[in-house]
Amino acid sequence: MPEQTLVKNAAGRMVPTEINGREAIPYKGVAKHRPTGTKAAPAISTVIDYPDSGDKTVPDIKAALVAAGLKDGMTVSTHHHLRNGDFVANAVFDAAAELGVKDLRWFPSASFPCHAPIIEHMKNGVVHHIEGSMNGPLGRYCTEGNMRGMGVLRSHGGRYRAVQDGDIHIDVAVIAGPTADPFGNANGLTGPAACGLIGFALADSEYADRVIVVTDNLIDFPCVPWQIQGNNVDIVTTMPAIGDASKIVSGTTQITKSPDRLRIAEMTARFVKETGIMHDGFSFQGGAGGTSLSFAIFLMEMMKEEGVKARFVRGGSTQYLTQMLEEGLTDYILDGQTFDLEGVRSMRENPGHVNTSPFTSYNYHGKGNFATMLDCVVLGATEVDVNFNANVVTHSDGYLLHGIGGWQNCLFSKCTILPIPAFRDRIPVLVDEVTTLVGPGELIDVIVTERGIAINPLRDDLLAAVAGSDLPIRTIEEIKAEVDELVGGQPEKPNLGEKVVAAIEWVDGTVIDSVRQVLPRE
Amino acid sequence: MSTTGQAGRKGDRVRSDCWISVELKESGGTSVAVKSRVQSMYGASIKKSVEQGLEALGVEHAVVEVVDAGAVPFVIWARLEAAVKAANPGLTAELLPEAKESTLYETRRDRFRRSRLYLPGDQVKLMLNAGLHRPDGVIIDLEDSVAPSQKEAARYVVRNVLRSVDFFGAERMVRINQGQMGLDDLPFLVPHNVHIILIPKAESADDVKAVDARVQEIRKEKGVENEVFLMPIVESALGCFKAYEIASASPNVVALTIGLEDYTADIGTQRTNEGRESFWARSQVVNAARAADVQPIDTVFSDVTDMEGLMASVIEAKGLGFDGKGCIHPRQIEVIHRGFAPSDGEVKKATCIVVAFEKAEAEGLGVVSLGSKMIDPPVVKRASRTVELAVASGVLSENWREGGGEDA
Repeated sequence: MPEQTLVKNAAGRMVPTEINGREAIPYKGVAKHRPTGTKAAPAISTVIDYPDSGDKTVPDIKAALVAAGLKDGMTVSTHHHLRNGDFVANAVFDAAAELGVKDLRWFPSASFPCHAPIIEHMKNGVVHHIEGSMNGPLGRYCTEGNMRGMGVLRSHGGRYRAVQDGDIHIDVAVIAGPTADPFGNANGLTGPAACGLIGFALADSEYADRVIVVTDNLIDFPCVPWQIQGNNVDIVTTMPAIGDASKIVSGTTQITKSPDRLRIAEMTARFVKETGIMHDGFSFQGGAGGTSLSFAIFLMEMMKEEGVKARFVRGGSTQYLTQMLEEGLTDYILDGQTFDLEGVRSMRENPGHVNTSPFTSYNYHGKGNFATMLDCVVLGATEVDVNFNANVVTHSDGYLLHGIGGWQNCLFSKCTILPIPAFRDRIPVLVDEVTTLVGPGELIDVIVTERGIAINPLRDDLLAAVAGSDLPIRTIEEIKAEVDELVGGQPEKPNLGEKVVAAIEWVDGTVIDSVRQVLPRE
Repeated sequence: MSTTGQAGRKGDRVRSDCWISVELKESGGTSVAVKSRVQSMYGASIKKSVEQGLEALGVEHAVVEVVDAGAVPFVIWARLEAAVKAANPGLTAELLPEAKESTLYETRRDRFRRSRLYLPGDQVKLMLNAGLHRPDGVIIDLEDSVAPSQKEAARYVVRNVLRSVDFFGAERMVRINQGQMGLDDLPFLVPHNVHIILIPKAESADDVKAVDARVQEIRKEKGVENEVFLMPIVESALGCFKAYEIASASPNVVALTIGLEDYTADIGTQRTNEGRESFWARSQVVNAARAADVQPIDTVFSDVTDMEGLMASVIEAKGLGFDGKGCIHPRQIEVIHRGFAPSDGEVKKATCIVVAFEKAEAEGLGVVSLGSKMIDPPVVKRASRTVELAVASGVLSENWREGGGEDA
């Protein structure tokens, strides 16, 4: 790898000025970067090149990749709708290996531990590097400096933007469709691998040179509704199974039994109620993590007690959001992904359960997006510092742990709340300085820990709203000092090398921080 | 010649704990090997902490192995001390973490004991945040929830917990083991601001007196100023018959409670939700406790998912005359407090009596009367207790007098 030049960005973080041969712009601050010009576009296609019968099927993935003209050095995208049950991404790179193709750039919307076999493909040269989230074994491989290129982590909205800005040109997009027809129309509503919706593939279907839909439930034309439009699709193929249903969605979503998490979730719901954020016609977004899920359940009870109804809620949908919709506690679910079978059923049956995409919800180059309209959002974090800056991608030991997902995009809601434990085992979540900066503190309004609620001093309106309530409002420094005493002080910083192994992009495409190689101690 | 000792827990499921093995040697200095789940963050700190501990214990030559899963420093020391003493039982030096200011508050004989949260004695993970859930009391358990092989080592953990963990005002109780083993638990507790000792399977006044005598001995020996109260647990047919003798065995007994799992087994039946099999025993405990002027406290409700069942059980317990109930999950605390809160009618009556009493006192009258009725001193005492409980339960404002007692 050539010598890296690092500069200090507006957040005081050292970031590379070049990423995988492309010039990178250092982070300038929130709402400071406004690119001009026109958006990127795919090559022109013409109907005369496609069969009048509408049948675009080929026998298998390998044939599809050949038909798509896969070559050395191309960018191949896949998506994470099938989560940890995905069979497609591994099958694509296995087929690429059989074809003898090298140096591919993998551009997933997210990766999961099931994608660990891609490590072998990086070792054998099929995959050059990953631009997308890296968790578990992939995170370890990258953080220890083994990947040839630099990793790039983007939010869901940032990924859409990167495609539109031309930062990433997708040569071949492979879209897993739980149900599809020979023309390429596809959706996630039915079929053995039903996952609800497949909106993360929208940009890829519109901007990639070649689009492949792969399904294990090929039905006669038309496949409706078409969440992915066949008019954007070049090739359709099948696999015996595109995923392991048991790992795609859960049968039922388990809520946490942890007393501390339940306490955090309940305090978060009370905060939302007592600040008046919970009012008729309000909106919120929560995920499927234990605390977030319990928050929604507590809030639902409080809404019932007070007779308050939401206009819309945003998922990750689960049986609980579905229950809210079906009990009339919200008019709509604007859903980004479905986490359990009830969510899938609801999306199939309820007109008020609407599928969304990173374009509608998060895109930086949209003419507005849904995230900014939310009254509140609850999100996780691995670390938060005393200035409310937060980290969601690395652990305090320096290793990549999670992708950004929609996290950065959601920070733009009217009230961003992080319900987090103050420490996990011995490791404090409240720190002096985050290991990796992913979300600037000015956008993070409230931290709810089991030891108290800290409100960002910038939000004096929220501080005023809770004055007189018996919620345990404290400063972030107070809570941190208490935890530090309990766990025996802040942890030692990881032993980091000079090499940048991954760049963290802000929603606008500027580089907010970098992840450095973790070296063994001593 | 070398001797070895081990203490603690290890394995994939263990969190916030560690396992330490110590081999004491005649020469060669000390060597400490650490393998930790938080290696890169706290590996060096763990090593240092163990080295300091060895020095404080006067161990000069030893090979120490630590397998850590995120234990906080006072747990590491507890495991180290237990391991060293397993290798050298004659060692008298103690490895005491500094007693935190936040652990030094006192209790009162007549405080509310509506909820008491059981915490297994060797699972620190559950203890660190236990006080945040605001139970009236926490019970750190050395008896049934600690495996026989872990009993000795758990004493060091519990002692260090008592010195280190802020329970945010909750009464600090420990359930000791039965018989001699329980008496041997006491030196680990009495000097470290334990508030109440729970005596399991009490069957006679002598069972209580033995614990009381040992507690007083240790208090004297160590110059412990704060009182240490007792709460015997009746868990057998014999214990039930002797309930009054047990409750009145010592002036330090402040409450009497009942354990129904062992009791129902002892009378040859099984515990049911209706609880008809234990009605007599529970009533007996209430009456014995009231006769001895101590608080009657009910058993635990063990289905942590059934909040409605819990509430029904609390209301039943209150109806039988109990002042409190045990719990095994923090989510039960709030339900229990709500269940024991006085009703609107009770609050109204009690505030009227208290107001009448205060008025009579201000006017220098020897007799309190409400309307045409005379009120006896025990009724006044009971009423002010109800008012206090109503305030503690959040059903009556602390400033209720300003709002007018009768309307409160």
